[in-house]
Amino acid sequence: MQLVVHTHLVDSWTVLIVAGELDVVGGPELRQHVMTATQAGASNLVFDLTGVDFIDSFGLGVLVGALKRARMLDGDLRLVIPERRVRRVLEMCDLDRVFVIADTVEIAIEAQPVAWSK
Amino acid sequence: MSEDTFPTGRVELEIPARTEFVSLVRLVVASAAEIGPDMSVDRVEDLRVAVSEATTNAIEAHNESGSNERVGVQCSVSEDEVVVMIHDQGHGFDPGGIEALPSPDSPERLRYESGLGVFLMQALADESEIMSGPTGTDVRLVVYSSKRASTD
Repeated sequence: MQLVVHTHLVDSWTVLIVAGELDVVGGPELRQHVMTATQAGASNLVFDLTGVDFIDSFGLGVLVGALKRARMLDGDLRLVIPERRVRRVLEMCDLDRVFVIADTVEIAIEAQPVAWSK
Repeated sequence: MSEDTFPTGRVELEIPARTEFVSLVRLVVASAAEIGPDMSVDRVEDLRVAVSEATTNAIEAHNESGSNERVGVQCSVSEDEVVVMIHDQGHGFDPGGIEALPSPDSPERLRYESGLGVFLMQALADESEIMSGPTGTDVRLVVYSSKRASTD
């Protein structure tokens, strides 16, 4: 199944609405969209993963890679994951302590950033 | 066999070592697991992720070794458990050589864009076994039914 990604702007945030499966096939597709967005100047990103019904370690790797890229550009990456099952996979890998994870795009944008050291 | 015993069902797949086939394996294994009595939705989800990790690794092992052989997947569903075996003919790896992940608070943690697969597989399955040698790898994943989990 192909990953569907729509990009739009909310204030200074570039929101990528993602639908499909984030695995060894969908993960690289999302990575390509991140490259396109950051090359166009975006550094504050939100991935709306409401339409993602599956994620495995390959998808997690793409999320971590995108966060690193955003921080390298002095921006951030925040995640919208209302789906409990997808969120659980991130929690199992302690990634809920690395990312801001929210139920909606609005909450994700307004949230305090996760503290991290460069 | 008494009448109320659930008979064991088994499904076997042979897939080309192409990543497009991972979703097929997930679909077949999850559908088979759902047939098992007392198999909760959450446990089927756990199995779906664990099987995805093992199958992706198997396909990558064939691609790295240049093997044209197929990757084999067997799934058995019984009253007590779902057992999935994934077989590849890659060059194998040392399951003991996988590093522990640094703390999520550490900046080092973000170096790990990969390497979570085996960790997730082991964390999600009730039993996981990796038998790896120079001629290939067999991964055995077991998820218990809620009936077995409550009696163990």
